[in-house]
Formats: sequence, structure tokens, C-alpha cells
Amino acid sequence: MANEIIAEIKDVYKTYQMGEVTVEALRGVDINFHQEDYISIMGPSGCGKSTLMNVLGCLDRPSKGQYILGKDDVSKMEDDALSQIRGARLGFIFQSYNLIQQLTVAENIELPLYYQGYPESTSREKSIELANRVGLGDRIHHKPFELSGGQQQRVAIARALSNDPLIILADEPTGNLDSKSGAEILNLFDELHQQGKTLIMVTHSDELAERSKRCVRLRDGKVESDELVTG
Amino acid sequence: MNSSPADPFSALPNSGFTLSRLKRTVRLGVKSIYSHGLRSLLTVMGMVFGVSSVIAMLAVGEGASFEAQEQLRQLGSNNIIIKSIKPAEIEQSSRSSYRPSAVEYGITYQDIKEIELTLEKEIKLIVPTRIIRENVWYQSRKVNCDIVGTMVTYPQVRNFKVASGRFFTQSEINNRDNVCVLGYEMSKLLFPVQNPIGNTVKVSGDYYKVIGIMEESGYSNLGQSESGSSNSVSNRMYIPLTAAKHRFGETLIRQTSGGQESETVQLHEATINLPNQEAVIEMGKIVESILERRHKKDDFEVEVPLALLRQAEASARVFNIVLGAIAGISLLVGGIGIMNIMLASVTERTREIGIRRALGAKRHDIILQFLVETILLSATGGLIGVALGLFVPISITYFTDMMTIIRFWTPLLAFSISGVVGVIFGIYPAMRAAEMDPVEALRHE
Repeated sequence: MANEIIAEIKDVYKTYQMGEVTVEALRGVDINFHQEDYISIMGPSGCGKSTLMNVLGCLDRPSKGQYILGKDDVSKMEDDALSQIRGARLGFIFQSYNLIQQLTVAENIELPLYYQGYPESTSREKSIELANRVGLGDRIHHKPFELSGGQQQRVAIARALSNDPLIILADEPTGNLDSKSGAEILNLFDELHQQGKTLIMVTHSDELAERSKRCVRLRDGKVESDELVTG
Repeated sequence: MNSSPADPFSALPNSGFTLSRLKRTVRLGVKSIYSHGLRSLLTVMGMVFGVSSVIAMLAVGEGASFEAQEQLRQLGSNNIIIKSIKPAEIEQSSRSSYRPSAVEYGITYQDIKEIELTLEKEIKLIVPTRIIRENVWYQSRKVNCDIVGTMVTYPQVRNFKVASGRFFTQSEINNRDNVCVLGYEMSKLLFPVQNPIGNTVKVSGDYYKVIGIMEESGYSNLGQSESGSSNSVSNRMYIPLTAAKHRFGETLIRQTSGGQESETVQLHEATINLPNQEAVIEMGKIVESILERRHKKDDFEVEVPLALLRQAEASARVFNIVLGAIAGISLLVGGIGIMNIMLASVTERTREIGIRRALGAKRHDIILQFLVETILLSATGGLIGVALGLFVPISITYFTDMMTIIRFWTPLLAFSISGVVGVIFGIYPAMRAAEMDPVEALRHE
């Protein structure tokens, strides 16, 4: 693995207090992420996948341990600083697309740039460019509900690319799609990988995991295996 | 964390608060409100009525106080006005049975002399007046009006100016000359095109030369129904008191449905003018006691315009407090209504908030978004309210005689209140939105 390490999870613990019960979702996880990685994170439900994803996405702070993103330890950052990090270094792709219904395709794509304070002219230009890249150049003034699921997920991918993130995080990106649309999305991921993007994908589908280059398996809040995908 | 290529803290353009950013937030807010138009409209109705009632209330209040001031100006704040009233017992008996002899009542010349003597030092002027209701003719035109027989000092004492021509002189009074000064309105009715001055008008067989026209004044006098003159001061004709006494006599015969009715009244009204308004209310009481001593019957009335104004002001204050409270409550209710909907909207849009937070929105971005939406809602209600608030007093004035005055600052005040209410009632829902945990919010269905 010749590429530079861009993110590092070091001995991360995450515990939740649910009433009287303390749930240990992550129990000492260590993973390194390299530039241009295409990683799938797998595991049975309750293994800590979602928690890990939230930590990686800076939506949640680890209870213990370090998370280095870029060169900064983000595990102790304040809320505003985390928002700043999310907006600047991360791209999110969700299972249920999570587009904002009252905004057009173009406005949805440029939303991260809006919160980064880019002027509208710059962000709109970028948004149109990305809409073209995911094949929706003729739909920029449509609202999400006027699009098919596959199209909506492509808008979400364009949105995740708009801020040139260090890492793109995808949570079951094809979970709500039929196989044809799902295949299109996965082709798009392959393309992004070839262009040098770093992708982390949470899934429970072996098919998806096989298309990635590296697969991390979690069990009971710990890394069970971390190996390159062969084939 | 200084110079990495993806440094989120320095490699980015300004992400702080800028005008263009605010503009964009406002534009998105407008969109969001517009996207559920009916709900927004219903939400702001409370604000609409609150704001419009503030404006309408102030307009009505201003109008009423202006009218009261104007009436005081006309009646004179230094004046005491005494009036003859037909006593109640005469009124009844003259209706029930035929009375051959004339009923005698009211203020007499002797009363005036007595007051003049007693209060010689305190009184500046005293102006006795007779008021007779008659038809005034010019060629084929007729106006039913109050003919006021009075003295030279009447315009001075009543703050009422001659617009053109002149008032009559002392020598015309001494000579009982048939000259007259017309009220503005009746001069227009009798002489739509001609210049009235120099022409003659006819009243029950006698001719009077028009020598002047009084200034225009659209406001009716305070409490004058007793002397039978419901007409406005513009619809009066002024002649020398001596001429009135000589031409009409002191006994007036009136045709009624039950036959004839005659009454003898020396004076209908007298205006007592004091040098200043300090003692006017107290002096009114003294005048009343003098008259009470001289009259067995209850056939007079003492009116102090200043006291009436004070009364009117006191009741206007109560009125304003009540209306102000109502307006305040409707603004409060309007604000609560908006807050309620915003809270519902925050809950409904939990997921949207989560998405925005995931994409880099800071807490203050979320606060700004929801606060701007609330203020926009509230201010939209305020604007509609201003429009309605301007319309209501205008139609009140149009359909009734009530005067309303809209001061330029009242719509501004009411509109700013709506903005302030938006801020006050918007802060809590916005904080609620911003306090949400992004992970929880994203999980929300």
C-alpha cells in the first residue's frame, strides 16, 4: 500500500448509555485509511457498523481513542469545528438519498458549498458540472420527487463530490434501489475510484463488498478481519 | 492544523456571516414559506389582525382626540356656555293639552346682567345669542338653518373667523340693520355660482344683505341638541341680536302635529369668555349657582367646553387602554400561533436538519435559517396587517362620520412590532432545531 494514510482510527471505543444499560458499540477499533482506498465495511447488524460510520463521518465523537482525519485529531473537537470538518473534508451518501425536498437538484448539489461560504456563482458552476458528470445535466431545475430513486442517488453522489472531500462515506448506497439502478451506482463508484477518490462503504451485501478493493469485517465492536479483496 | 492542502480552517473562503449569505438564506426562506402557502397564510392570520388592529385603533384614537380638540377650539377653551332648555314638565303638558298662552322659559337679559355684575372682574366678555330655526331663501333656493342673533364679539369668542367680507359692526347692531353673515356650507347651497356678498336673502318676509361668509369648519358642536340645532356650524346664518329680537320677537310659534305651540325665550345661549382657562371650570360652577338662585324651573344648562374635553379625554384614555390591550393580546396570540407552527415545522423537518448538519451546517446556520423563516412569516403577516390596518380606518371614515387619522409612524410601528414578535417567538423553535443531535436527526423518519 504505497499511498499516504489520510485517516486513522486508533483504539476507538464508543459506549452509549441507554437507561440503566451501558452499550459498548465499539471496543477498541484500529483501522488506517489510505488515499485512493475503496473499502467496504461489513458485519452483522449490531456489530458497530453504524457507530463506526458516525464516528468516521464526524457526526459523533468516540468515547475513547483517537480519530485523525487529514492531519487533525478530530476526536475532541467542538461541535462547530466538527461541522466545519464535515463540510470541508467529507462527502456523505445515504441509503435513502437524503435530498432536501423543497430544493432543486442544483441547489441540493451545492448545499455543502453554501455552508462553506462559497459565493453562489462559484457553487452553481460546480453544481452544474457535477450534475453533468452524473448524467443529470438536463434535470438541474427539477425537485427530488420528480426523479427516480437511481437519479436521486446520483444527485446525492454529485452532492458528496461538490466539496472535493478527502473521504466519501456511503451507507448502504444501493439498499433502496433495484438491481439495474444499483449497478449504475456501483459503476459510478468504480469510476470515482479510478479517478483517485477515497471511498468507504458500509454494506451487508457480499456482492458490493466484492467490487471494493479492501474489506473490513466487524464483529461485536471489534475488527474481525481486514483484508484486500481478491478477484 | 496550518498548511495541509485540505485544511478546513484556512483553505476556505469566508464562511462567516455576510450580506450575500443572508440574502440567500432569505430567498430560501421565502421559497420554503411559499411551498406551503395556505398553511403559512393561516399561520400569520393572528399577526395580520394584531397589526391591523394596532393601526386602526391608533387611527380612531387620533381622530377622536383631534375632533375633541377641534371642538374645544371652536367652543373656546376659555368659555363657559349657558343654554336655555325647555323644562321637562312644560314639554309634557304642552303635548297633552292645548295651551293658549305661550310657554316662557330660559335665560333672560336680566340673568346676563346679573352675571356681568357679580363677576365683573373675572369675565372678559359675555356674548348673548338667540337661535331661531327658519328657512332662508335666495330666489328659488331654500336652506333650513339656524339663524343666530348675536353680538359683534361672537367670532372672537368662538374662535371662528370670517373667511370673506366682514362681520357686522356695533352700529349695525344699534340700528337693528338687516345684515347677515352666512356659514360656509349654506353659502355654497344658496349661491353655487354667484358671489353671495352684496346679494340679499329672504327669511320669513324680511330681506337681509349678505356682508360676509364664515370660514369652513366641518365639525359639529359639542352638545347642542338642546337648542334644537343639530346642524353643523357651517349651516348657520349670523345676524345682529337686535335685529333678531326685532324681526322675530321673543315668542316663537311652531307648527306641530298636535296643532300650534308657542314659546317665549329671551336668549337661547350665552357665551361667557374668561381671560384664561385656569379658573374656567370653577367659574362655571359659580355661574350655575347664580342662575340656580334666579330660576325656579330647571330651564338652563351650564356647559364648560374644557370640562367636556377633559371628560372626553378621560374616556378616550380608557378606550385606548382597552383597545391597546386587545391589540397586544392579538399580537401575542399571533406570535404564539407562529411559534406553534414553527415548532411543528422543526419536528417535521428533523431529517432535513440532520442532512444540513451532516453537510456542514453549524448550529448558528440552523438558527439563522429558522429564525429568518419565522421573521419572514411574521413580517408577511405584518405587511398584510398594515394593508388591512390602513384600509379599515379609511372605510370607517367613508361609511360613518367618525374621523380617523393615520400618522405616518403607526404603520411603521406596527410593522416593526411584527418583526420583533417574529424574533421573540422564532428564537425558541430555532434553538430547538439547532440543539438536535445530527445522528438522531438523520435517523428520524
